[in-house]
Amino acid sequence: MSAAPSAAQRRAWRSPLLAIAWPGAIGLLSGLLLLLVALPIAGLLFSASPRQLLAGLGDPLVVPALRLTIFTTTVTLLVILTCGTPLGWIIARKTRRGIGAGPTARLWRVLETIVELPVVLPPAVAGVALLLAFGRRGLLGPALGAAGIGLPFTCAAVVVAQTFVAAPFYLQAAVAAFRRLDPDMILVARTLGASPPRLLFTVAIPVSWPSLAGGAAMSWARALGEFGATLMFAGNMSGRTQTLPLAIYTALESDLRTAQSLSILLVVVAFALLVAIRAGARR
Amino acid sequence: MSALEIALQGTAGALSIDVTFRAAAAPLVIVGPNGAGKTQTLMMILGASRPRRGHVILDGTPLFDDERGLDLPVEQRRIGFLPQRYALFPHLDVLSNVGYGIAAASRQERLRLAREVLRDLDAESLAERRPAELSGGETQRVALARALASRPRALLLDEPLAALDVSIRRDMRRFLAERLRAWSLPTVVVTHDRADAEALDGDVVVLKGGAVVQRGRLAELAARPATAFVRQLVSGPGL
Repeated sequence: MSAAPSAAQRRAWRSPLLAIAWPGAIGLLSGLLLLLVALPIAGLLFSASPRQLLAGLGDPLVVPALRLTIFTTTVTLLVILTCGTPLGWIIARKTRRGIGAGPTARLWRVLETIVELPVVLPPAVAGVALLLAFGRRGLLGPALGAAGIGLPFTCAAVVVAQTFVAAPFYLQAAVAAFRRLDPDMILVARTLGASPPRLLFTVAIPVSWPSLAGGAAMSWARALGEFGATLMFAGNMSGRTQTLPLAIYTALESDLRTAQSLSILLVVVAFALLVAIRAGARR
Repeated sequence: MSALEIALQGTAGALSIDVTFRAAAAPLVIVGPNGAGKTQTLMMILGASRPRRGHVILDGTPLFDDERGLDLPVEQRRIGFLPQRYALFPHLDVLSNVGYGIAAASRQERLRLAREVLRDLDAESLAERRPAELSGGETQRVALARALASRPRALLLDEPLAALDVSIRRDMRRFLAERLRAWSLPTVVVTHDRADAEALDGDVVVLKGGAVVQRGRLAELAARPATAFVRQLVSGPGL
């Protein structure tokens, strides 16, 4: 419990100067940040007529970039869900309370930290890292070369770059959701004869569904906006590796309106996603 | 005669467990203060944690035996478990909760059998409800139905009445005691309530610091309480 305020403190709180200055300061500082965020969005949306924007969408860059973006982010999301769900499950199980003290649990915690590292990694660093792993002179380069596979600057490289930067968001959500599951509920399912796969598919995933969906949406949003790592690892070739963010960058050099139209397209998609995440989280 | 025979030695956290008992038709009641190792003992019987030494034998079949290197996983032991908070599956309706552990040829058959078990527990009217819509007493009944529907060969109940309102505890206690007698499965009930022990009318095992400090009928415990905890327990409110 906090001590009762002294008489001097009480006087200070009641001073008329503070009564004006405090709301003023709050309003000023909040307003500044709001303006900083809202103004660019307003500029994006309102600085051109609808006709100009539609004309911008007619640029030959647009359709291939949109198609590639939808294709690669979908594949990325599928890869993340298919591999991230079992990984999240095993991490949560191996580090759960009760058995979370042994050396195996510590190893899984280290693995968890490693796969979640890309969240804080700058995209440029991610690009260099991917080249050093899968590039011609990278760790796996000779092996891939011998097998006749050249990963960098292909459509597959786009997916790899997106997966690298986006997977941690889903993984974090999945591990947290699986850790929150009631251990008694898991145990009861097992006493009722549930095999490990049945436990995962009929109890763990359905109960964690809202959190998993939220994590998947975050991952997809991150993949959608992926720019730096893709540029460095997959390049910027229209129709092959040029996703919407890269197309915006390219368009900016010649035609600001096209860049603006593409940007609005991305904003609309991202906004729809945000609304969906909010709705999903509320349920 | 079906029976559950337990001899367990091992560690659970900082506590070392050393427990032996045999549960047959009449429920075996485990009592003891917090931290006595009651729940940990249940975990070892279920197979959720591994004892260092000993055995768990159900109807003559060993489920765990360190000398033979035998340790069946939880899902193969066929021991029904009622946790303290019941832990119904929140995403399934009552009927599917009860049907979860039923081995049946089809989904329809499974749900039909589940409905039968619910009817047997006077809870058929709850079939279409979600766990979030149930009262404490209804939740307990459904959890019991779920455990029973999988045709377990033994039952473990962890504080089955502790989560209920005092107002309905008495009725549920009578209900539980009657049903357990009717099923006559080897049953272990953890409780800290004298009235539970009295209603269940079985042998009582008193745990303290992971070890058995006294065992016998409640009346025998009352006559010669071995610890302060037992003295307090037997002087508590009865039925």
